[in-house]
Amino acid sequence: MPSNPTPLAEVTETREHVHAALTRTSTGHEDLRELESGLDSLQSDSDRKHRIDWTRILLPIAALVVLVLIWQFYVSLGLKRRDQVPGPLDVMNQMAVLWTEGKVQESVWTSLQRGIVGFVISVAIATPVGLLLAQVAPLRRAFGPLISGLQVLPSVAWVPAAIIWFGLTDATVYFVVFMGAIPSIINGLISGVDQIPPQYRRVGTVLGASRLQMALQVILPAALPGYLGGLKQGWAFSWRSLMAAEIIAVGGTIGFGLGSLLDQGRDLSDMAMVMAAILLILAVGILIELLVFGPIEKRLLRRRGLLAGSTR
Amino acid sequence: MPVVLEHLGKRFGDGAPVLDDVNANIKQGEFVALLGASGCGKSTLLNIIAGLEAPTSGALEVPSDGAAFMFQDAALFPWLTARENIELALKLRGVGKAERRTKAQELLELVHLGSAGDKRPHELSGGMRQRVSLARSLAQDRQLLLMDEPFAALDAITRDLLHDELERIWKETGRTIVFVTHNVREAVRLGQRVLLLSSRPGRVVQEWAVTEEHRTDAGLAGQLTGVITARLREEIRRHAK
Repeated sequence: MPSNPTPLAEVTETREHVHAALTRTSTGHEDLRELESGLDSLQSDSDRKHRIDWTRILLPIAALVVLVLIWQFYVSLGLKRRDQVPGPLDVMNQMAVLWTEGKVQESVWTSLQRGIVGFVISVAIATPVGLLLAQVAPLRRAFGPLISGLQVLPSVAWVPAAIIWFGLTDATVYFVVFMGAIPSIINGLISGVDQIPPQYRRVGTVLGASRLQMALQVILPAALPGYLGGLKQGWAFSWRSLMAAEIIAVGGTIGFGLGSLLDQGRDLSDMAMVMAAILLILAVGILIELLVFGPIEKRLLRRRGLLAGSTR
Repeated sequence: MPVVLEHLGKRFGDGAPVLDDVNANIKQGEFVALLGASGCGKSTLLNIIAGLEAPTSGALEVPSDGAAFMFQDAALFPWLTARENIELALKLRGVGKAERRTKAQELLELVHLGSAGDKRPHELSGGMRQRVSLARSLAQDRQLLLMDEPFAALDAITRDLLHDELERIWKETGRTIVFVTHNVREAVRLGQRVLLLSSRPGRVVQEWAVTEEHRTDAGLAGQLTGVITARLREEIRRHAK
């Protein structure tokens, strides 16, 4: 038995106000507005505050400390000669020496500047080309396989050709960077366009977008996550190609970059210098990811609601 | 007469016709519910009226400026806020920047979302997204509004409210609406006229008028729902093997 049975009389009394879903369910404009706003607040999440997540900073540092400790432990076992496997302190000392000589600053600046300039020019070339290939079927069929092939081809293979064409100049370095970055940015953009839900194009058509408007207002922003992936890969390729070019092509009017530093270390059989150069190249890669691509990607995904449940 | 369909037929390739000899007249300012089971070519018919597809036979007359379209999923662009989604529709129509801002706010207020304009689609509930989508299709400013099962994916509570909302907006804006649905109650709740489309091939087999009395008298509306459901089932049974 229900503890509080509704009196029968009340049921018949309210009967006139009962509305089935078959008829109007609200009693007027104000009532409807109120109902909707109630439902809206029930159905949407309240805003969550973003706090600094310390594990994001502390965990990578802890991982770094652990790796350095393992390294030091291995070196202290004395299995290899110290000049072949220098310890963390030896490398640190070498780095300090290179810093006072100004070589660290010079090589990082030279390489970073080249990498960024080369990358920016690659983006400027690859974006319109990628958009065109993604939108025009015959062009894509004709050039798609070639672009994919170029992406697989290690761009260091272009170094001998570039040296013959351009000599030991910056042009050689940039050429190799372009051949590394451009195909992967184009491919990233194309695969980003391929993953656009067909519905977006239909909406664009219904809203009366012209071909150009469709490309700039619908296709490009919709493809942005894939495009950003392509940019990241393009940066990785241009940085790698740059290092390869700098190691192989030394001298002439080519400035002193990180690859040159690495090559110098090899020439001098100075393992601490080699390790220092490798760590610097690695550090630049990590910093660019942490300071540039990481935040952009996170912001992009959060704005589109794609971040929930990810481990980022 | 904004929409006239005469002996309209559609087949894809060499397959069986999807639509065959569809005839209908839709008056200015009328709310027509197009009802049918799955696979009856409702969406194809709507696409033809919208000009997204061409019919293979017959003739049709539609407004020269085309039609606004509302999809089953809200199909809002996730990189834009609710307001920017509406502004994009205005922009593609050629509305100037300053006017876009005020017009978008007006439309947001029309669908009772005046304060949610800066939210992104993923922050809105399904019902709110559909209301933004409705506002966007109104931003297209076409006399004819085509709706392809826009409330099918919503929960029942939200859907009931959106029925009231759509009826109010229809009365306020005087649009001609063709509303496709597979839900008999929804067709009776919203349409002034319910057209029943048969399946394979799709053809208008019967139509019913829904009066103002049906809007307030649940008994009457229920009765009509029953009659239409029976007729719909008869159509479905024809396909039993």
